[in-house]
Amino acid sequence: MKISHEEMSARIDACFDGKMVADSSQFDELTFVLDQADLIEVSKTLHDDDDFKFTQLIDLCGVDYLTYGQDEWITQSATGSGFSRGVSRKPVILDDADTFDAKRFAVVYHLLSVEHNIRLRLRVYTGSSNPPIVPSVESIWSAANWFEREAFDMFGILFEGHPDLRRILTDYGFIGHPFRKDFPLSGNVEVRYDADQGKVVYQPVSIEPRTLVPRVIRDDNRYSDELKDSTDG
Amino acid sequence: MAEIQNYTMNFGPQHPAAHGVLRLILEMNGEVIQSADPHIGLLHRGTEKLAESKPYNQSIGYMDRLDYVSMVCNEHGYVLAIEKLLKLTPPRRALYIRVLFDEITRILNHLMWLGTHGLDVGAMTMFLYCFREREDLMDCYEAVSGTRMHATYYRPGGVYRDLPEMMPKYESSNNKKKKHTDRLNYNREGSLLDFIESFTERFPSCVDEYETLLTDNRIWKQRTVNIAVISPERALNLGYTGPMLRGSGVEWDLRKKQPYAVYNELDFDIPIGLNGDCYDRYLVRVEEMRQSNRIIKQCVNWLRDNPGPVMTDDQKIAPPKRMGMKDDMESLIHHFKLFTEGYCVPEGEVYAAVEAPKGEFGIYLVSDGANKPYRVKIRAPGFAHLASMSEMVVGHMLADVVAVMGTQDIVFGEIDR
Repeated sequence: MKISHEEMSARIDACFDGKMVADSSQFDELTFVLDQADLIEVSKTLHDDDDFKFTQLIDLCGVDYLTYGQDEWITQSATGSGFSRGVSRKPVILDDADTFDAKRFAVVYHLLSVEHNIRLRLRVYTGSSNPPIVPSVESIWSAANWFEREAFDMFGILFEGHPDLRRILTDYGFIGHPFRKDFPLSGNVEVRYDADQGKVVYQPVSIEPRTLVPRVIRDDNRYSDELKDSTDG
Repeated sequence: MAEIQNYTMNFGPQHPAAHGVLRLILEMNGEVIQSADPHIGLLHRGTEKLAESKPYNQSIGYMDRLDYVSMVCNEHGYVLAIEKLLKLTPPRRALYIRVLFDEITRILNHLMWLGTHGLDVGAMTMFLYCFREREDLMDCYEAVSGTRMHATYYRPGGVYRDLPEMMPKYESSNNKKKKHTDRLNYNREGSLLDFIESFTERFPSCVDEYETLLTDNRIWKQRTVNIAVISPERALNLGYTGPMLRGSGVEWDLRKKQPYAVYNELDFDIPIGLNGDCYDRYLVRVEEMRQSNRIIKQCVNWLRDNPGPVMTDDQKIAPPKRMGMKDDMESLIHHFKLFTEGYCVPEGEVYAAVEAPKGEFGIYLVSDGANKPYRVKIRAPGFAHLASMSEMVVGHMLADVVAVMGTQDIVFGEIDR
């Protein structure tokens, strides 16, 4: 039986009493933000309760909001300068700070209720601790096991209570977390075969970073809500 | 009496039955598996990170290379996510073409799966039979996109071009006599749609052939019945989707339950299994091929009767016509902007999923309003399936590992991304 988004939102509001805050969901999807302290309790209810029955964890992933909304080329006014494709290599930033911006890392859960035919997105910010830590939902959805390992590998987010938190996709002995926004696209090291030593060795990358198309953010009036409303009405 | 201990065995990463580059660390007690630990990532290319550094349209080609035996289904997921952000609906003909190619791809994928699964378990003939039919479907890909595998055919707003009026033919040469090529060309005289139609008429009897070889085959049943049984509850909890979930008896198919494109207008059934073992999953996939064939037939008929545009006319998203650029300044500007910078997508986040042949293929797209995605997360069905490898093989024999890998329909392009 399919239930509507409004119905599900009402049930969530009634059941969780403000623990889950609705995020603006403009694309006909349900998104809720919740505190990591409530994550396990809320997840249990969402999984078990007959009102929700989110029996499937479809996806779990990390997001790094470090450079959100930043562009590489200012386009607000007519630009006097062109965009240079050569990009100077920035020094590698080591994450040795004690704290991060509290809204830098988030873990996003995509749940699916087969019974009610409805999807739900949860977002949990990791808070400011370095390394970022979030409780593991592996005990509720077994599918979370590898998804959490991946988020740990790619973003360095730790999952408290995970039975086997190892790297999963990167090489044995890899250093760093590649999907963080401060990790360079071409990486830090490359491998080659060293004939003298008779083995494969790591060395700093020799690729010069280049940006072929600059990242730009343009205000597109077609998507502005105010204008849309005025033309519709 | 000799003391017997568990020992650890390394399987792969280079093994003919590893379906690519899977390394499995198996803990064995004699011939019985105690635990299995898959080591993946040998094909990790960082597709998600690469997509973040490119304008939206330039990543479509990467999607083909994820699950490289169900190419356009991956594109469909990605394109759907972008269209959702842009609030863009492609023309209906484009939607029908997408469904047509999604289903061609489903048959392609299932033939690949059946061929290799059979081969792994010892049925060599399956491999030859399945690749015979795959060849024709690959030709459809080639006719429409120019490539046999990595089509890059779907675009936000529609598909790259309409179906060709002429099906490419074999040419005779000194080595290939005309009599021979005429025989090869017998169903290539008309358009692509005629070619596909002749395939759909022939294909059910091909599936019958496969079934004669396997369905009641004693050896096949011994290798698959009651192997890796997964209950519906566990299947849901483990994040199974697609035939893996349906094999366990859960009636769930995005094409029916959350229809996208034009699936709600088409007539087809969802097969489900009863026992959740390898044999049931085999039956489900074989039936899916027959159902896909049905859908293709309906699409062919619709496409014959309804000519029309296959791409949105929104010039901010779709490139202008070549002719228009010759004398229209605006078209020239649109073309220049589109190919140097791409288009900016409104801020927001969406999750779009399609029923890929292996299960739910989803794209979680976060946009901050730029011409490149801020974050792309690819939800690959095989990732969740392989994660349960240990649970599926524990207590089984070493040889069953190969049967389980076959039944999971593993492709490393999508698991490692």
